[in-house]
Amino acid sequence: MSKILRFTLPLLIFVGLGYFLLKGLDKDPRVLPSVMIDKPVPALKLPVLLEGQASPELWSSESMKGKVWLLNVWGSWCAACVTEHPLLNQLALAKTVPIVGLAWKDAPTAAQGWLGKHGNPFATVILDQPGRAVIDLGVYGAPESFLIDKKGQIRFKQIGPFTVQSIEKELLPLLGKLNREPAQ
Amino acid sequence: MTDLEVEERFKVIGHELRCLVCQNQTLADSNADLARDLRSEVEAQIRQGKSDSQIKDYLVARYGDFVLYRPEVKSSTYLLWGGPFALLAGGGLAWVLSRRRRASASNATPPASSLSTDQAKKLLGED
Repeated sequence: MSKILRFTLPLLIFVGLGYFLLKGLDKDPRVLPSVMIDKPVPALKLPVLLEGQASPELWSSESMKGKVWLLNVWGSWCAACVTEHPLLNQLALAKTVPIVGLAWKDAPTAAQGWLGKHGNPFATVILDQPGRAVIDLGVYGAPESFLIDKKGQIRFKQIGPFTVQSIEKELLPLLGKLNREPAQ
Repeated sequence: MTDLEVEERFKVIGHELRCLVCQNQTLADSNADLARDLRSEVEAQIRQGKSDSQIKDYLVARYGDFVLYRPEVKSSTYLLWGGPFALLAGGGLAWVLSRRRRASASNATPPASSLSTDQAKKLLGED
């Protein structure tokens, strides 16, 4: 008995360890678990991008109450945003969901120029030049997107660029569900 | 609060927070843009008179436990904190058991052919 155990126990430990190590290979260590899900979106009060300038009046996230909307954090300096952008353009073209673009630490002129080049899928573009609102949102890299329900709760967070797969499998089904929820 | 006091407090808390871009650096040591912004946020909160645990709670609510270099002891981290000690105890137990078994085994059956001291000396060439 103990002789069998002497051989099988290390083998079992090895297989178990191997399983977890192998699983770890597929995980991206930069993707952290989201803790903002089902929490209210922080009250954002930020200037709007208007013709390459920051507006004097502030846009407030309160104005989106009662709507399901997507908040996309991007920047003209962000390389991964370029790959994601055509997908956002498609979403906007199909009028799937209003998208608010948050330009993170971006000069208004640079943001405007970038949107001119790559297209503008955003219903509104807000500017966070100091980078404080982004901290309030718990963002640590661009792009990141938040799907917010009618009550102003964050229901889904995409870390890194959207893909066709993540839009079809995650965003769109959830969007349909949120649109059916009552506003109150 | 003077700048010096803010700096003194930041030195303590800044080394307990993780830079989220360069994950194995503390917030105090990192040069990444986001780390710089997070530093100024922490400093602003220190100036507002927030306690260390209030500041940590603020960041954990947004970035999760990962932001803490020293994870809190709670039910989901018991294994993390207790695991090494459990392994040590297990190893110690296994060692004690195998020693005891070996000791009892050598008591029970003497070596198959025991040499006398003279024979041994002969073999070693110490005659």
